[in-house]
Amino acid sequence: MTDTIDNKYVVFKLEKEYYGIPISKVISIEKMEESTRIPNAPSHVKGVINLRGEVISLIDLRLKLNLKPKEINNNTRIIIVSDDEVLAGLIVDSSSEVIEIDKEVIDNTPVSSDNEYLSYVYGIGKLTDRLIILLELSKILEY
Amino acid sequence: MDLDIGQYINIFVEEAKEHLQNMNDVLLELEKDFSHIESINEIFRVAHTLKGMSGTMGFHNMANLTHEMENVLQAVRSNEVKISENIIDILFECFDALDSSVGTIINTGVESSDTNEPLISKLRNILNDENEIERNTEVETKDKIDGFIMEAVNKAKNEGLFIYKIDFTLSESCMLKSARAFIVFSTLETFGEIIYSNPSVEDIEDEKFDFRFSVIIVSANKKSDILKELNQISEVEKIDLSDFEIEDYREEIIVNETKTIDTKLPKNDKSEKASQGNQGKVGKTVRVDIERLDNLMNLVSELIIIKTRMDDLSEKTTGEGISETIEYLERITTSLHDAVMKVRMVPIERVFNRFPRLVRDLSKELGKEISLEMSGEETEVDRTVIDEIGDPLIHLIRNSIDHGIELPADRLKNGKEEKGIVVLKSYPDGNNVVIEVEDDGKGLDHNAIRKKAIEKGILDEKEAENLSVEDSINLLFEAGFSTSEVISDVSGRGVGLDVVRSKIEAINGNIEVVSVQGKGTKFIIRIPLTLAIIQALLIKLSHEIYAIPLSSITEIVNISKSQIRDVQGQEIVLYRGMTLPIIRLKDVLDISDNDEKEDLIVVVVKKGEKQAGLIVDNLIGQQEIVIKSLGKYLSGVKYLSGATILGNGKISLILDVNSLI
Repeated sequence: MTDTIDNKYVVFKLEKEYYGIPISKVISIEKMEESTRIPNAPSHVKGVINLRGEVISLIDLRLKLNLKPKEINNNTRIIIVSDDEVLAGLIVDSSSEVIEIDKEVIDNTPVSSDNEYLSYVYGIGKLTDRLIILLELSKILEY
Repeated sequence: MDLDIGQYINIFVEEAKEHLQNMNDVLLELEKDFSHIESINEIFRVAHTLKGMSGTMGFHNMANLTHEMENVLQAVRSNEVKISENIIDILFECFDALDSSVGTIINTGVESSDTNEPLISKLRNILNDENEIERNTEVETKDKIDGFIMEAVNKAKNEGLFIYKIDFTLSESCMLKSARAFIVFSTLETFGEIIYSNPSVEDIEDEKFDFRFSVIIVSANKKSDILKELNQISEVEKIDLSDFEIEDYREEIIVNETKTIDTKLPKNDKSEKASQGNQGKVGKTVRVDIERLDNLMNLVSELIIIKTRMDDLSEKTTGEGISETIEYLERITTSLHDAVMKVRMVPIERVFNRFPRLVRDLSKELGKEISLEMSGEETEVDRTVIDEIGDPLIHLIRNSIDHGIELPADRLKNGKEEKGIVVLKSYPDGNNVVIEVEDDGKGLDHNAIRKKAIEKGILDEKEAENLSVEDSINLLFEAGFSTSEVISDVSGRGVGLDVVRSKIEAINGNIEVVSVQGKGTKFIIRIPLTLAIIQALLIKLSHEIYAIPLSSITEIVNISKSQIRDVQGQEIVLYRGMTLPIIRLKDVLDISDNDEKEDLIVVVVKKGEKQAGLIVDNLIGQQEIVIKSLGKYLSGVKYLSGATILGNGKISLILDVNSLI
């Protein structure tokens, strides 16, 4: 059982690329809703929302990964993730599916100390038709 | 086996703590009144239970120590050893050792390797010293028969009835002893009247007996008839039926009559064990993990929010009966909310009950006679408050005893009773709980405080001269203002009252001092009933809504823009003859909206003695809010202490006044 869960990733889109997060870290996927701004927080912190009584901070993943900002639209989703007691929602362009990626087809990212973007990536999943960038969640959830 | 133990550790710890608390209470009682035999019995029971519990868990050092305690206590119970201050001190030491063992178990899950050798030898010495007093256990094991039975026996004899004494021994495998005994009793009742049973019928019903019991029965039937019936009952190993002869017992009766002053002592260890289960003081309770309660609380808050939403909706729709239904829902959620809140409440006794011991030790240590008077222990506060309030109270009580109360000789000189009094009082007051720590000591010396303030460079001489009594008292709460040197020459731990205050403020409480020189000092602590829900003022900044805890607001004033002065980059206004620093919340909270009005609303907030005025756009009103954490991710964010969910489901942020000032 654990093996199959370890292999599964929630895949979503940012700009033209597909990204993946291990499904074991994903709690739910929500539609975008109005948030409360957090003053004096970094620009990628898009405030907090009330998710069934719980206060969840939103991280705009585009800004966190230094991509171009994008207007919120009907496809925008929040992926609620939890890692090491940190609970947060990642704002993504759209969320499509859950797919299995075997360990064998994952390439580790080249270690590069000065590339910030790469420090958020822990590997690339090579599927037959596309590449999926697998994110290092603990790094993303650093304030 | 080892694997299994883990899940029982929590239960063990909880129960051990309860038993230790009980032991502590009873020890203090015993210290006041040596002749209180029930106290000794109680300590014995606790020690015995702890021995059993720790033995089961494999905590052998604890088991050994309690075993040795049991020996001493047994000797005291049987009058072999006379209770003395020395013994009580040793018992207190044992208590401390047990307490710290439990502490180690809480922290590490295993027992410390300390075998408490010195303590055990102290316990053994008690027994050796008093060895010469002879035992007389014989009498104890025999039946006690009182005058009432004698009368019944005589009457039966006159009427020509037989009187039998029957000893029963149940087989060891008997599971339901009391049920078995009940069958025996009901069988016997068909033959005649049971006039006596040992142990008593109540004890037998409660299974407070070993495998043996005996009865005396008055009957017209022959021995053989009765025996025949009795032999039908299963699980009875042995029945010993004999004629009851008064003469055999006469002597004993006399002995017993003199012994009735002793409270009933259990016949032997085994029956003692059997009684354990039923005699605990613990009420009908269920232990619940606080996390589960938190969860329940969250669900209830959510329900309240949904209810408010439905309220809004109902105004727009005009369905039949909708408003009644929602009203009903409202009633239910309100009571549910109250119920959940109550579940989280625990009596403040949990904190208070460690203080008698503290006072006892301190008064011994400092050579002061002190009586601690406690009241309102039943006052209930949220569980989380309980955990936070203990340390500040210990500080205050220490202060009172160390610095407040004078030495007995000085007290006599000042026309006071030799014995100092520390009063610890708690009572509910609206949404708050008030705790007072009061002593009848020498009070605060304002001049000494002033001098000290100048010495420390907190005030210059001129300021000090104009210092009001109240302000001088408040100086005590300043960081680095060690009280010990000011209030007394008695050396003591320089307890920083600033720590006390910051702890209390951390749980949204506040502390005041009232002191009359020569008469005493009173600390008044006010804490919210619960940490989860507070009263707050909702304010508007541009289109954003923020909450400010009411406990930190002094007042709300209107000022005009022209009253604000700029003093070296800091904006201030003159307010009640004081300069009040102004904080423009919109700047601090990064709200770019510059339509500033001529008339400004200023919320005056305080942090200890410091005050500041917060400029806000609009006031929305006072409201009870449920405090939510912002979560670990935002734990480092400035000026915010949490968030709350408003009636419309939106989140509003709670300002952290302490970090703003």
